[in-house]
Amino acid sequence: MTNKKEVLLEIKDLEIQGYSDETWVDIIKGVDLTLHRGEVLGLIGESGAGKSTIGAAAMGYARDGTRISNGSIEFDGMELTTASESEKRALRGHRIAYVAQSAAASFNPSHKLIDQYSEAPLQYRLKKRTEAQEDAMELYEKLRLPNPQEIGFRYPHQVSGGQLQRAMTAMAMSCKPDLIIFDEPTTALDVTTQIEVLAAIRDIVDEYNTAAIYITHDLAVVAQMADTIKVLLKGEEVEEAPTKEMLDSPKEDYTKSLWAVRSFKRDQKERPKDGTPLISVRNVDASYTGGDKVLDDVSFDVYEGMTVAVVGESGSGKSTTARVITGLLPPSKGEVLFKGEPFPPDYRNRTKDQLRQCQMIYQMADTALNPKVKIAEIIGRPAQFYSGLSGAALKNRVDELLDLIELEPSKYYNRYPPELSGGQKQRIGIARALAAEPTFIVCDEVTSALDQLVAEGILKLLDRLQKELNLAYMFITHDLATVRSIADEVVVMQHGKVVEQGPKTKMFTPPHHPYTDLLLSSVPEMDPEWLTTLLEERGVDNVGDAATAQIDPNDPKISG
Amino acid sequence: MGDILGLVGKRLGLGVFILFVISIIIFFMVELLPGDIAQAVLGQGATEENLAALRKQMGLDQPAIMRYLDWLSGAVFLDFGNSIVTGERVTAVIGERFMNTLFLAAYAAVIAVPVAIVLGVIVALLRNSIFDRVANVVTLSFISSPEFFLGYILILFFAVKWQMFPAISSLSEDMTLGELLIRTFLPALTLVLVVMAHMMRMTRAAIINLLASPYIEMARLKGAPPWKVIVKHALPNAWAPIINVVALNLAYLITGVVLVEVVFVYPGIGQALVDAVSKRDFPVVQACCLIFAATFILLNLAADVGAILTNPRLRHPK
Repeated sequence: MTNKKEVLLEIKDLEIQGYSDETWVDIIKGVDLTLHRGEVLGLIGESGAGKSTIGAAAMGYARDGTRISNGSIEFDGMELTTASESEKRALRGHRIAYVAQSAAASFNPSHKLIDQYSEAPLQYRLKKRTEAQEDAMELYEKLRLPNPQEIGFRYPHQVSGGQLQRAMTAMAMSCKPDLIIFDEPTTALDVTTQIEVLAAIRDIVDEYNTAAIYITHDLAVVAQMADTIKVLLKGEEVEEAPTKEMLDSPKEDYTKSLWAVRSFKRDQKERPKDGTPLISVRNVDASYTGGDKVLDDVSFDVYEGMTVAVVGESGSGKSTTARVITGLLPPSKGEVLFKGEPFPPDYRNRTKDQLRQCQMIYQMADTALNPKVKIAEIIGRPAQFYSGLSGAALKNRVDELLDLIELEPSKYYNRYPPELSGGQKQRIGIARALAAEPTFIVCDEVTSALDQLVAEGILKLLDRLQKELNLAYMFITHDLATVRSIADEVVVMQHGKVVEQGPKTKMFTPPHHPYTDLLLSSVPEMDPEWLTTLLEERGVDNVGDAATAQIDPNDPKISG
Repeated sequence: MGDILGLVGKRLGLGVFILFVISIIIFFMVELLPGDIAQAVLGQGATEENLAALRKQMGLDQPAIMRYLDWLSGAVFLDFGNSIVTGERVTAVIGERFMNTLFLAAYAAVIAVPVAIVLGVIVALLRNSIFDRVANVVTLSFISSPEFFLGYILILFFAVKWQMFPAISSLSEDMTLGELLIRTFLPALTLVLVVMAHMMRMTRAAIINLLASPYIEMARLKGAPPWKVIVKHALPNAWAPIINVVALNLAYLITGVVLVEVVFVYPGIGQALVDAVSKRDFPVVQACCLIFAATFILLNLAADVGAILTNPRLRHPK
């Protein structure tokens, strides 16, 4: 922890405006922030709270379409709001560095990692090229990247997401800056990969005594990383306190509501004793054209009115399974049964009635809704197509559907998707699926792009709809908290195989399959000591990909 | 790299097939031209016997499909038959002229492509400034003016008023390269002005399109100066669309230059084509059309390969 040291960054009464609808609107409304040398400040809040905007402002940088309208930003004695562009530029990458959310998008695809690492040291004439490269290799090794001598000479697309994020942290360290802005550096990663990045960031920040602003929406993550936490809401500060104090006794109601958010739980339902499953996936193999097998002998059942959560890391075959069930990707082996009858493998060969049974809700409501089509038409089209409604009957049906998803029909009927918030868009996605009157809905990561409070609302809505309409869900997610709250049964997938399945209560009680165990233990907890304890238990070199590789194939629990 | 060779092979095969289809179209389109070729050759005074004899000699009495196959089998070995006006080999008639056209196109391209891309980068860097707007207006005015008009304006100033370059670009055997470059400067400049706008604007658009990417923001936050952001971080990822537009314009430099050739009396293939059409010299017409088609196909193939080579994902597979 920090002793009271020299102030490195002081932001006072910062106001930032963004340009929208041809006027300037306030997005940051007077925020103060003080950061000492070697200190880590966690900035948390929902999307739209202005976390990233403040992070960029700490570098004297205003994104396109925003401007710093008031306040002062003083970095190590230098006032950034009045500094010239070239003075500010001389700080960036040199004394203040930035680590972006998606390393895959933030590395230039055209240059090798090590050249991107060397860019700043060369530009500031701190190092010769070969020296910078040696530094890079040393840092890669410290960050526990595999083949540190060689990995820098690869292009970004040749390196996995977790490794890229660590390479980006190395890049930020290239000039040994005084301050690093981490802008949601692990949000795009799987839980198992997240740990290795978190551990790497923490080590490196400690070792070089670098100050950091750690931006995230995940409380458990910030608890591991930060000395102090500042909570933001809609561009204003809610409260700030040292991490432990903030976790143990938050003062403000908003903070308490953030803490309490994982509380939604519903009772677990049991399979009916007899009867055929609604959807039965039987020994399915599948691959994309010309590629390797992405599904290998996948089997599970979904019963009427029940929720089956399918969990696993990205690339484990969750979404591909959904594509097989909906008929978008015919399997190369095996079959899908609907109420005991085989479902034609290709959706083009399914009857209208078969098609209506099985609907989808997507992860990105933003891209899953056509921005140029009115809500009434988005929801109305499936109602018209499957139920043949038209005129007044159709309008009534759309109103009814909007009522079901708790949006007032008269207000939303004629609006377009871009006018809605993320949560509202996802509700429209749900209404569109319901319009077909299905019995089975695939929910593909439907809450992972949403803030926790909003996500909670969506989960409650889905739960209510399930009770009212007796729907079955296949709930694809990588978030185990979501699984805990909504699932009846759980299917764990890894490398295209089902490694374990069963009722939720059984899945969350040991003994687990080692992979399930790994997934469960990788979910960050609110305890600030969680990461430290976990690393002690597992060993520093045994996290992330390494931990997955460590699973002993002869473990007795695997066959059992 | 093996993948790329395979891909080039595939595209090349496809190109040959397209060329084959085009050869059918060309042959039978020329067939459809009104009038009797024998009559055209011998003139109005020819007797029936003479016409019949000539038709037999030229193979015109054969069915069209036979003549097509005959023509095609020759064309594969670059033998397009004889001109029916002069009786020379078609290759002798157009071979040299095609080389002249290639020379002029290369001359124009060597100037236009680098200048257009550099200008495109500069206007992307200075986007929405006065310089950007002026460059836009000027290049657009050039592309919107008819080529012959541009040519005459250039002649007026460079040849007549200032007497810097010759107005007529006729060639002779014993010219040195230097003389050749001076003599053909004005037609080359005309072509440069015509093709520049398109390439410059595509370079600008392709770069600006990338400026919202996270890796561009990252470059800025690493303290890279604006020119470096554009040249080092945006341009390498913008090549694919730029290369395609460059290829299209290069094809135009070869196939679309007839007006410029006429204005500057330059002995290129465009003029040969126009002459041949007016004289119904159909073997020459067919040969020219086939050459043009092949040019387009080859340049587009080159653009595809270029786009692949500039894409690191394809160049360095996982």
